[in-house]
Order: sequence, then C-alpha cells, then structure tokens
Amino acid sequence: MRFSDFIIPCIIGAVLIFGLIKDVDVFNEFIEGAKENLKTGISILPAIIALMTAVGMFKASGAFDILSYAVSPLASFFHFPAECIPLALVRPISGSGALAVYESILNSTHPDSFAGRVASVMLGSTETTFYTIAVYFGSTKIKKIRHTLFCALMADLTGFIISAVTICFFF
Amino acid sequence: MMKWVFGIMIILSVIFGISTGRMDKVSNAALEEGAKAIELFLYLLGGMCVWGGIMRIADKSGLTGKLSSLFKPIAKLIFKNLDFNGKAFKAISMNVAANLLGLGNAATPLGIEAMHELEKEDRTKDSASDNMIVFTVLNTASITLIPTTVASLRLKHGSLQPFDILPCVWITSLLSVGIGLILALVLNKIRRKK
Repeated sequence: MRFSDFIIPCIIGAVLIFGLIKDVDVFNEFIEGAKENLKTGISILPAIIALMTAVGMFKASGAFDILSYAVSPLASFFHFPAECIPLALVRPISGSGALAVYESILNSTHPDSFAGRVASVMLGSTETTFYTIAVYFGSTKIKKIRHTLFCALMADLTGFIISAVTICFFF
Repeated sequence: MMKWVFGIMIILSVIFGISTGRMDKVSNAALEEGAKAIELFLYLLGGMCVWGGIMRIADKSGLTGKLSSLFKPIAKLIFKNLDFNGKAFKAISMNVAANLLGLGNAATPLGIEAMHELEKEDRTKDSASDNMIVFTVLNTASITLIPTTVASLRLKHGSLQPFDILPCVWITSLLSVGIGLILALVLNKIRRKK
C-alpha cells in the first residue's frame, strides 16, 4: 500500500464528516453535483474523440521517428540526451504514449542513468498539454484560444531543457 | 487555433504514413481511436460525477470557501479582475489543490468546472478571456509535488533511489510553470482583447 492510496479516501471521508456536522443533505447534494458534471462531461466528448483520433493517426504514421531525427542536432547542442527526444515530442500530445516511451527508455537504459533520470524529471514535471487544452476549452464555447498554446508549449520546452540542466547539476 | 492543430496533425499523418509505408496502421488508428476515446471518456465521466458530487458537499458545508481563502494571496498575483468570492475561484482553488496532491483524475473535472464558471463570469464570446489562458497554462504546466507514477515506474525498473529526483522535479516544474505564467501575463497585457 502506498501513501498516495490514503489521500483520496481520506479526503472524501473528511468532506463527508464535515458536511454531516454542518447538517448538509450529503446524498442529495452529491446527486446534484454529479448531475451537473454529467452534463459538462457529455459536452467535452466530441473534443476528446477529435483529438484522440488525430493523435492516434499521428503516432501510427511513424511521424515521431522522423521528427526526432530532425531535431536531434538541436538537442545535442543543449546536451540533451538523444534517448529522451521522442519523449519530449510525445509528452505534450499523448499521456499514454509518453508513458510507453518512458518505459522503453527505462528498459534500454537504467532508471539511475543520466537519460533515465532526465526522462523521469521530464515526465514528472510536465502535463499532456494538447489534451488539457482540448478538454478545458472543449467544455466552453470558446473558438479562439489566443496565445494559450504558445505559452503552454514554451512552458513544456522550458521544462524539458531544465530537466537536463538540473540532473547535470545534482548528479 | 485548435482547427490548425487538428488539421495539420491529420494531414501530416497521411503524408508520413504514405512515406513510411505504414498506411495500414494509420487506417486502423483512424477507425479505432474513436472507440478508445469513448472508453477513456466513460472512465473520465465516472470520476467527474464522483468529484462533482464531493465538491458540491464541500461547497455547501463551507469547506471550499475556507480552502480558497488560503489561495487568495497567491491567486491575486496571477488572476486579474477575478471575483475572489465567486464560484470560478472556488473551482480553481480545488483544482490547484488536487494538482498539488498529484490527483490528476480529480483535477481534470474540477478544472473543467472552473472553465465553465470563468466563461460565465468573464462573459466571453468566442475568444478566451485572460483568466482562462492563465488558468489553462497553469494546468498544462502543472506544479507537481510528488510524481507518484514516475516513482513507481522507477522502482519497478530497479532504481535504487526512486525519489532522488524530487528536487529536480520541483525546480523544473516551478520554472516551467513560472515561464508559462509570465509569458501568459505579458501576452495578455500586450495583446489586449479587441
């Protein structure tokens, strides 16, 4: 059993105890809250289908192999480990894809090697940018996301570069 | 902008698929990903309903109000013209709390709720409001305290010290969130909405 296994049940338990003390109709309020989110959920489904289809086709086409070959000169300039380039490309687009690439890096190197550590920090400190943007804005009527994607991708890029820098510095 | 992301990705996958001779796989992906998306969605929807319910109880009992007042001092620096007593800020606070605890599955439904409330409060039409951009960037960069998935995978693959990367994770996620937010705030100022 891990520590993180305790967090969710304890939070839910604490909320219910607090609710009962404050004399809240916990069952009916739960139903109301669930109902609201059910409606929201339905509204984001088309965005999820659209994005996952595009990402799935992109991954299947072998585009990542070609792209990682194309950016490798830039990466070696920054002393960024070559093994981690595919991870940097997949990470913003697909969460499950990034996990699969991460596992293959751990298999081919060691988790305590330079590339293994950089990959761990990259995965641990970033999010699936495209998915988050699609789901968050997909639930609204927004069509123009303005500079959201640019800022988010710059944050990811910073994260990737800094992960190699900090590992160099600490180990 | 999402129309370009969506369009370019699909067009590129057709071009790459032809040039790498993997059209069979691309074709399968086009047909099957929709079904996989529904599977993922059912999983996500269940979580959304549970957290929606829990959130509502926490809200009615005054718990979220207390939590959001803790976040107020920091939030005032990055969210401009936000109603700090409104529903949007409550949802934002809960989303940040879930992210800090590493509860990604709980953070997403709360984040969606926050976007909905921001949409109402900022009276947006078809263009994102400044606060929506800041909030989304905060989530795509995500501040992580304990990367549980990474640590357990490191352990599984024979790492002697799966948690020895923690300081690097903290520095990296802090800097990436910082850069993302600064860029968002600066661009919000420069590119005023017409």
